[in-house]
This record gives sequence, structure tokens and C-alpha cells, in this order.
Amino acid sequence: MLELAMGIMLGLLGLGAGCAMIAGIGPGIGEGNAVAKACEAIGRQPECKSDVTSTMIMGCAIAETTGLYGLIVAILLIFVAPGTFTGILKDAIK
Amino acid sequence: MTEERVPDVKSTRFRMTDYALIAMMILPILACLVLKVLFSPETEGISIAGAMIFLEVPAPVMPLIITESQVNSWAVMISILGLCLYLTHGLTAKAVCKRQLAAEWIVEKSEKLVRDNMGGFFKEWGPFITAIMGLSAFSSLICLVGLFSPTGDVNVTFGWAILVFFLIMYYKFRGGIWNYFMGLFKPIPVFAPMNLIGEFATPVSMAFRHYGNILSGAVISALIGGALTGLTRSLLGFLPGFLGDIPFLRIGLPAILSIYFDVFSGVMQAFIFAMLTMLNVAGAVPWDDWNKRRERRGKQALSPN
Repeated sequence: MLELAMGIMLGLLGLGAGCAMIAGIGPGIGEGNAVAKACEAIGRQPECKSDVTSTMIMGCAIAETTGLYGLIVAILLIFVAPGTFTGILKDAIK
Repeated sequence: MTEERVPDVKSTRFRMTDYALIAMMILPILACLVLKVLFSPETEGISIAGAMIFLEVPAPVMPLIITESQVNSWAVMISILGLCLYLTHGLTAKAVCKRQLAAEWIVEKSEKLVRDNMGGFFKEWGPFITAIMGLSAFSSLICLVGLFSPTGDVNVTFGWAILVFFLIMYYKFRGGIWNYFMGLFKPIPVFAPMNLIGEFATPVSMAFRHYGNILSGAVISALIGGALTGLTRSLLGFLPGFLGDIPFLRIGLPAILSIYFDVFSGVMQAFIFAMLTMLNVAGAVPWDDWNKRRERRGKQALSPN
């Protein structure tokens, strides 16, 4: 009984971590757009390359935030949640 | 005008001080390495774990836990202090030592950065911003010598973010506490919960951004290390004796990825943390309300530039 419950729990935690990383799609598209526009801007005005590059990297790093939230949730689900939920399960089944 | 006393660069005393300061830079890191080696449990393979707990001091409410991240951040702080003292050792008007040029470059760049991003009113903030940036960058870079990055612990980055949060709040309250609380109900009172969440979202997002970047780098490095160990075992496992146990593929290959995940990402996040600190603090000042309050008390009006 306990083994079955643990198996289901660990599997669902893994699935949840995978679902959480769907959050990576948004920053990918957003940063791609940002870099594309930055390339256009550099092509139009090559003399302001350094300004555009630094602003773009800054914006990319900020756009990453939502993806990182998903990553943190996934990491918590994989590394932290099993320890917590195992104790709860054992208490519940006994 | 008095004659400036030029330090004798070749003298024994000057050199001994230099060596002492260099030791001050290196010894804390070495001490951390020794501590890590002494406390690490013997494990097979790669483990992904948080900061090790060195010591639990009994305290009234809850035990005070001394973790690896605290020890490492103190080591980084002492090292940075040693670096600063080393760079400024023997300062003269005519720059006798080459290191004075590096020190001047750092100071000039930080003053210019702060002035460009925060305006003239905050021009004295250079040391604070540089301290945050340096501590963050060196804390992330410490993983290059094999130590746990303090910034890979959410408590450390959250501590910095709370400090920034208090600074933001201090400047927001300059326009009057009543004005600040009324500002939460703009543009319509329905927005009050969202505005309140927005106030607290700033430090949370700053802390999680920094922590997430460093932690993801560490996790990916550990996964690649484990994968390369397994690959070596299956490819070169036929070698006789102890040669089969050495993970040859782990020599040098992970360093290529480390350039992005540890060096670039760490320095980038330090810069972004400092940049967001500057923008948030400088953008938090309610100039109109503050100047109205100052006018009522008969003080001079302030300007952001």
C-alpha cells in the first residue's frame, strides 16, 4: 500500500515538475524577439552596437524571470517535495 | 602645500604588508575549502544538495544554524576587503603603483554608472552599489574553486533583497506616509490589492531571479558531471586497474559550459541585481510630494539631478 502510494506520489511530482517547465516557452519566445529586434537595430545603426547590446542583455535577463520561477518550482518539486510528502504519507497510512 | 610622502615600493615593510594583504585574500577561501573537505560526507557520484550545516547553536526561540553559505559569504567579504586594501595600498597623487590605476578605474566606473542611472541626488551611492555588485559577483564566482556559492542559497539573496526593499520603502515614505497609502488606491480603489502585491513582488522577484540563475547553473553542472562520469565508465571502463575508475571525460569538458553558467551568468546577475537596486531606489522617490512637504517646513526644494 505504502509502496504504491509512494510510487504514485513520486511519478506525479515528476510530472508536475515537467509541467512547471512549460514556463520556459514564454521567455524563449520573448528573448528571441528581443534579440531579433536588437539585430535589426544594429543593422540599421551599427554605431550604437554597444548600447543596444547592453540594453538587450539586461532586458533578456529580466525577461528570464518568469522562466526561472517555473524552474524554481520544478527544482522544489524534484528535490524538496518528496522529503516532505513522504513523511505526510507515512503518517496518513499508519 | 606640504611635500607628499611617496611610499618606498621596494622597502621590506611595504612588501610585507602586500604579502599580508594577499594572504588575507587567499586564506579565507582556503579555510573554506578545508572546512568543506572536513565536513563533506563521503558519497559515491554526484549529489545535488543545498548548503551544508556546520553548526547548530542553541538559542531561545529556535536553534541558530551556521550553514556553508554564511561561512562562505564571510570568507568572500574578508577576501574583498583584502582586495580593496591591496588595491589602495600606497595611494599617491602620481600613481607610483600600477594597482592604483585599477582602483581608480573601478571607482570612476562605479561613480559614472550610479550617476547615469540614479541621477545627481544619489551620486554618493557609488560605494554601496559597488559593494553589492562585488559581493554578488564574487559570491557567484567562488564556485570556480569548488565551493558552494552563497548566492545559490535563497536565504542569502533574499536577505539582500529585503535590504533593498527597506531602502525603497524609506524613499517612498519621504513623500509622507499618508500620501503613500493613498497612492496604493490609485487609479481606482479596486487596484489596492494588486498594488500591495506589486510592492512586495519587487524584492521577491529580485531574490528569485538571482537565486534561480545561480542554482540552475549549479544543477546543470552537477548533472553534466554525473553524465560524463557514466559515459567514461561505459566507454573507458575496460582500462585495467585504477585507470578504469578515473573519470577522464570530466577533465576539462565541464569547464566549457562553466564559462557560461558560472562566469557569465554570475557576473551578469550581479550587474542586474545592482542595476535593479539602482532603478528601483531611484524610481521610488516621490519628488513632488517630498518637495511640498519640504516647502511647508521652509526647507529648500530638492531636485533629482
